Amino acid sequence: MSNSATSPVLASKPLTSRRVKPFDWRRTPGLPTFTLGILVFLYAPLLILVIYAFNASRMVTIWQGFSVQWFVAVANNGDIRGAAVNSLIIAVAATIGSTLIALAGALALERGNLRLLRGIAAGLVSMPLIVPEIVVAITTLVFFSALGMHYGLLNLIIAHTVFCIPFALLPMQARLRDMGGSLEEAGRDLYADEWRLFYRITLPLMAPAVGAGAIMAFVISLDDFLISMMVSSAGSTTLPVYVYGMMRLGVTPEVNAISTILLVISTIFVAVALFLGRRQKRPN
Amino acid sequence: MRTRSSLLLILPAILIIGFFMMIPMCIALVYSFMTANAYGGVEAPATFDAYIQFLYQRDFDDTLVFVPDYIFIILRSIYLAVITTITCLILGLPVAWYIVCQNEQRRRLLLFLVTLPFWINTLIRTYCWILILRDEGLINNALRGIGVITQPLSLLYNDGSILLGLIYTFLPFMVLPIYSTLERIDPRLIEAAYDLYASRAAVFRRVVWPLAKPGALAGATLVFAPALGSFLAPDLLGGGKKLLIGSLIQMQFTSSRNWPFGAALSIAITAVILLVMMLRAWKAPAREIRA
Repeated sequence: MSNSATSPVLASKPLTSRRVKPFDWRRTPGLPTFTLGILVFLYAPLLILVIYAFNASRMVTIWQGFSVQWFVAVANNGDIRGAAVNSLIIAVAATIGSTLIALAGALALERGNLRLLRGIAAGLVSMPLIVPEIVVAITTLVFFSALGMHYGLLNLIIAHTVFCIPFALLPMQARLRDMGGSLEEAGRDLYADEWRLFYRITLPLMAPAVGAGAIMAFVISLDDFLISMMVSSAGSTTLPVYVYGMMRLGVTPEVNAISTILLVISTIFVAVALFLGRRQKRPN
Repeated sequence: MRTRSSLLLILPAILIIGFFMMIPMCIALVYSFMTANAYGGVEAPATFDAYIQFLYQRDFDDTLVFVPDYIFIILRSIYLAVITTITCLILGLPVAWYIVCQNEQRRRLLLFLVTLPFWINTLIRTYCWILILRDEGLINNALRGIGVITQPLSLLYNDGSILLGLIYTFLPFMVLPIYSTLERIDPRLIEAAYDLYASRAAVFRRVVWPLAKPGALAGATLVFAPALGSFLAPDLLGGGKKLLIGSLIQMQFTSSRNWPFGAALSIAITAVILLVMMLRAWKAPAREIRA
């Protein structure tokens, strides 16, 4: 007892801590705090938004108790509901279209024999990721107007399908690459034709990645603002475009509530997609 | 797979993106050489007016007067995009390094936390900063609450708030590519450097940074390109008064009704970005770009 009482300094600071492991490059002083700071920077603003959305006061920034009244107000707003329906129709159609196109594309790029065309095709499908959104938005607008295409929602579905393709493609390509071709070769050795090979071996193995790609495409379409704003016409307003209009008029509790809803939807979908698309080890 | 069926499979992607993205770019290129129609749209004759407008304005008596306004907007956009890229690099590199140093389970969690914001609506992420920075916002209310200030500080609608919004939006774009290159560093290289009495700083400068460079370059491109053409941060956090190229282009197709000028600006910005990408492809060996 007396021993531990007389040397608390020695007991709490063993001599070994610095001497034995001087080369631990995995620990950089200050880095954990720095990273925590960055994570706070990334998430605190979102948390603040969610908290304000549940504020009973119309004066957004003065807390007057917990309330879901603004969510009720949003749900009862016919314009918001209409815009939400538009967004859903566009997102579902664009997801189906882009996922099918990306599935075929991923198979061709990873398993196919495209020779010289491969580089061109790979470059082309990544174009929507490289060209700035504002440029995609106005060139699409110019294109539709030059062709005299004014089909409301259909214009938006086409535009969304185009920029969703690379997002649906990426997880599928990664999965095909991770999978390796050995199982497909085994199937080929057993005289399976290409179609059978696809739906008995390749598709079941890459199904999680197809799901992940589809969800990514859905979220990207649902969240898109800039392209939708430029391409949409009076009857085809999407939810983000409508919310942007509300934001321009000022900070209101309704904006906080609808933003929180969109935030939660994206978060849930992306969490599922990232879980499905997580890297899996090769079967061998 | 045979060549014919491979071609058949890639065809839909090529057709859709070719037809609805590459052809529109070509049309925009043509439009940039046309004359503006007052009702929106373009008409004959073909001119270079849209490009001349970058530098000059046509006076009433048809003489060209040098007006640097648009050049200033373009230079300011490039300047803000560069500052954003550098800041994201300074903030993102240590974070990527920290994630690499963690065990498998924590890596996954941290990567998820860094990736998630990328998928959350930029509109909403930008709007959050209005709640924090505006005159009746969180910071001003807090400072007034503890009696530091009586008049609200004007934190919103300046270059600082635009920059903050850009960094906030694009930081995840920087962390992920750097992480994926750092992940493949052989730990033995670092240990060897320590064994040869390299300091922490020397290990970073001589071992980690050279190996992280391709990822940093990829991240820099991924941040710079969308930051240069960004619309929401300057629009919502800059109050639309301080124009950047993104909002300037958007204006040409809405209130200003000058389609050729908007098309010319789009072509210019795309050219700048393709130039940056080509520089990167030229500087870095092909192997590093694919990774």
